[in-house]
Amino acid sequence: MTRQTSLNRPWQRAALALAGAAAAFGAGTAGAQETFKVGIVSFLSGQAAESFGIPAVNGAKVVVDAFNKGAAPAPYNKVGFGGMKIEAVYVDENGGATKQVQELRNLYDREKVDAVVGYVGSGDCLAVAPVAEEMKRFLILYDCGTPRIFEDNKLQYVFRTASHAAMDNVALARYLKARNVKVESFNLINQDYAWGQDSKKDFTLSMEKLYPTAKPGEDQLPKFGAGQYGTEISALMAKPAEVTHSSLWGGDLQAFVLQAAPRGLFKRTQVVFSAADHVLPGLGDKMPDGVILGARGAYGLMSPKSALNDWWWDLYSKAYNTYPVQAPYRMVQSLLGLKLAVEKAMAANGGKKPTGEQLAAALTGLEWDSPAGRIRMALGDGHQAIQDTAIGKTRYDPAKKMVVLEDIQRFPADCVNPPANMKSEDWIKAGFPGAKGCP
Amino acid sequence: MTASATAASAPALARATPRRFGVVLLAAAAFVLLAAAGYVFPRWLTFLLTMAAGNGLVSLGIVALMRGGVVPFGQGMVFAAGGYTAALLYNKLGFTDALGLAVCGGVAAVLVAAPFAPLLSRYRGIFFAMLTLALSMVAYGLLMKLDALGGSDGFNVGRPTLLGQKLPDDRVGYTLYLLTIFVATIAAVAMRVFFDSTRGLVTLAVRENELRVEYLGGSVRRAMAINFVVAAFCAGLGGALVVLSLGHIEPNFSFWTTSGEFVFVAILAGWQSVAAVFIASTVLEIVRSFSSAYFPNTWQLALGLFLLFVIRFLPRGIGSLWTKRRGH
Amino acid sequence: MNAVVTILIDGLTYASWLFIVAVGLTLVFGVLKILNIAHGSFYAIGAYAAASFVAWAATMKWAPGFSIVAMLLAAVAVAAVMAPLTERGLLRFFYGRDEVLLVLVTYAMFLILEDVTKLLWGANPYYVSEPYSLFGNLHVGVQTWVGYDFFLVALAVVVGLAVWWVLNRTRQGKITLAVIHSAEVAASMGVNVSRVYMAAFSVGIFLAALGGAFTAPMISVQPGVSVGVIVVSFAVVIIGGLGSIEGAAVGALIVGLARSLAVHVAPVAELFSIYIVMAVVLMFRPEGLFQRTQARKI
Repeated sequence: MTRQTSLNRPWQRAALALAGAAAAFGAGTAGAQETFKVGIVSFLSGQAAESFGIPAVNGAKVVVDAFNKGAAPAPYNKVGFGGMKIEAVYVDENGGATKQVQELRNLYDREKVDAVVGYVGSGDCLAVAPVAEEMKRFLILYDCGTPRIFEDNKLQYVFRTASHAAMDNVALARYLKARNVKVESFNLINQDYAWGQDSKKDFTLSMEKLYPTAKPGEDQLPKFGAGQYGTEISALMAKPAEVTHSSLWGGDLQAFVLQAAPRGLFKRTQVVFSAADHVLPGLGDKMPDGVILGARGAYGLMSPKSALNDWWWDLYSKAYNTYPVQAPYRMVQSLLGLKLAVEKAMAANGGKKPTGEQLAAALTGLEWDSPAGRIRMALGDGHQAIQDTAIGKTRYDPAKKMVVLEDIQRFPADCVNPPANMKSEDWIKAGFPGAKGCP
Repeated sequence: MTASATAASAPALARATPRRFGVVLLAAAAFVLLAAAGYVFPRWLTFLLTMAAGNGLVSLGIVALMRGGVVPFGQGMVFAAGGYTAALLYNKLGFTDALGLAVCGGVAAVLVAAPFAPLLSRYRGIFFAMLTLALSMVAYGLLMKLDALGGSDGFNVGRPTLLGQKLPDDRVGYTLYLLTIFVATIAAVAMRVFFDSTRGLVTLAVRENELRVEYLGGSVRRAMAINFVVAAFCAGLGGALVVLSLGHIEPNFSFWTTSGEFVFVAILAGWQSVAAVFIASTVLEIVRSFSSAYFPNTWQLALGLFLLFVIRFLPRGIGSLWTKRRGH
Repeated sequence: MNAVVTILIDGLTYASWLFIVAVGLTLVFGVLKILNIAHGSFYAIGAYAAASFVAWAATMKWAPGFSIVAMLLAAVAVAAVMAPLTERGLLRFFYGRDEVLLVLVTYAMFLILEDVTKLLWGANPYYVSEPYSLFGNLHVGVQTWVGYDFFLVALAVVVGLAVWWVLNRTRQGKITLAVIHSAEVAASMGVNVSRVYMAAFSVGIFLAALGGAFTAPMISVQPGVSVGVIVVSFAVVIIGGLGSIEGAAVGALIVGLARSLAVHVAPVAELFSIYIVMAVVLMFRPEGLFQRTQARKI
């Protein structure tokens, strides 16, 4: 971390303000000796740290390192971003959306970053997006799930390099249909906040379309962070249903699995998790077999085979002794997109460090290959990505001493994402018009 | 108060007028200084000061209650009331004037707090703190649940106007900074006047010994209820101003840790000096900001150590550094 | 009929967990008059310590039943290390100050311990799974419960009775009760009040760590486990009355049953049912359901 000069004298402050203004409007000088400073914001403490924040930050560290050595495979093999060394600044997303708005301003104004890549929490994303837009600074949201960012607003400087969360539950419902799972009623258990409520809504609406006769049964909404699910499990077991859906994640999901499995819930009903791949390495044999789950994309054990994926998998596993789950995948696809955007903008402006506007123009509508497949900025006027996803079934492999995913079904991006001109909720309610390539 | 008390306070008021004039002059000078400084400060610093001033308003209200011997641990509720009112008026009714929204926020907070004031005026000590905490958490639960109020993600607020004028892109931050500092200065002067008034002095007496106040004819409950409402107005003002600068509101405004931070600032400031409240608020913002920057993995540790240090070595707050002990 | 039995059993098991977790908080407040926000952190440290101790016991190839002993030892170790450190090294400087100031001190402790825990154990999750399957399963009608849940009920009863017995039937306990009523008068009668504080605080931490240790088999121990426990413990002790062991038991039962009812009948209400109960109790019986008469000082 670079230390800032003290701001005791007014002329120093004025000079800094001028320099900041100059940098903000892209009057920087050319030269490969320059660095590209990127702010990376994710959960370093709190409940999302173990499952999403720290793996993503670990992924960022190892990828930035590889970029700076020029060690990534083509077309990502230029050193740094277009020759400029990458300097990463890490900020903890914990502490609430108010704090995040302040941190974002500090990143742009005080740390003088050229771009910010961040945000897992939907509330944080919704709070910071308009701020970056107002400050006219480049921002990539790499993880948060709410569709509202680009469905409710038009933004020039803000991008999301991963699909939003509508895809997860649509794919889950389609998987059940494709496997001909009989469903007359389904129970739900989701955390009582926006993520859980939206996931529940997406799944219920999708099921209405794909299984018109199925009815939702128990609808449990435990508090976020509750950790004790004995009562909810009793309620779920008291009401038989063919399928039990949950968007639980992190420590809550692990507690739920540890408490529900011995009681036989997983034997009585087909449990489907929308975003559970990240608990597999930790839970190991405590995860029951036959659980249908998604990873919010073709990530981890469900990632497609490619040279790029092999490189990324080795890079991460060697550094951290575990395979990458969804969070670091979303981080790496974001950094790959950023790299290409910077290099594309530099090619267009004669080799100078690109301004926020140039970066935005370069990333709009861009397509690139990532370890999880092709990323296409196809929605939200070219600001919102869509990608393929996959759903699989768990099985503990005693020989490998880890959970593997079998019976994997891939869903092309156009099957599980809404078209450019429709909001996700409306698209699902209308019966997925325009869905292509569905199995 | 009885007739004799009002007669006795008349000469006191006359004596206080030159002093009151001095306070106003000092406040005006401070405002001019801050306005000029904000012109040259980098944007992140003016934003930080805007947040400090807005949050400081809430702590100012807490100081009013601390002078009566109670510490509210649930000011997040009225802070959120002010913020949500401003945000809803902006989004649903299209009312965009920043000053107007701030005042509406204060009034709404008073309306939310007023029904609880008579009830809360009966409590002291840890029970006052716990009841206010419980109420603010009920408010938090409601805000999380109600989709009409944005649910757990909250919602965004656009750019306000000021006195009919649209705010240009490069002047927004500075203008909102000026507005917040202006409102804070006015509130500070008003609170100083209130603290030195009869009601304010009765409050101090309540802190010392309630029974004596009752025997002398004062109403402890009325004093505390009024202080509670005044504190709510300040918090509502602060909430609205913070929301306008932040552009976003969420249920976290009513969470107990938010209230705890306001209490910490009030304790850091001490209850003697009004200026100390805003200085303390700025100090906390700066410490928080730089701990995040320098200790991204251990900022909670840094903040906790700072809190302990302050509580240990500044037992009567920053204000005690320059106010004289007055017959205490 | 089945539904009623289920609601009662769920209420009881959750209440037992709540009681074990919250009883230390009420004890610390009763004796030291400190509302300890860092209670959640000691709970978390207990959970982490249990993970470490059970893992160590496994490498020593002890029988799985021994893991219960390991968890108990973990709680004792946490209390033995943390109590002198925090009480002598920190809280001692703030005694006699305003109660709410002490709340802020414990809040600062909570922040510090969050990061210290993360530094010591890292961000990876820990599992303590062997004890969870020790007690088999219990089938009642269509439901199946894990025996461990009922072990917790037994543990709660044992802990409650033990604390009550020590306080009311032993000499040290009665001295502690005297300090609870009035530290000043007790000191003037020759009681070493600071030693009583130290002992009470140690027991409080031990109980918090015990709660964490015995919860560890049911969860994944990772950063953030302390947060969910703080408010729910507060609610229990406020409802029961700060400083009252019986109150904590009754408070736990009320909260447990209320929650069980909400979850089975009206899940929507679950989120803030606990705050409403807390607010209602505070409004009508602010000293909790087990009020102690307090003399008013003039």
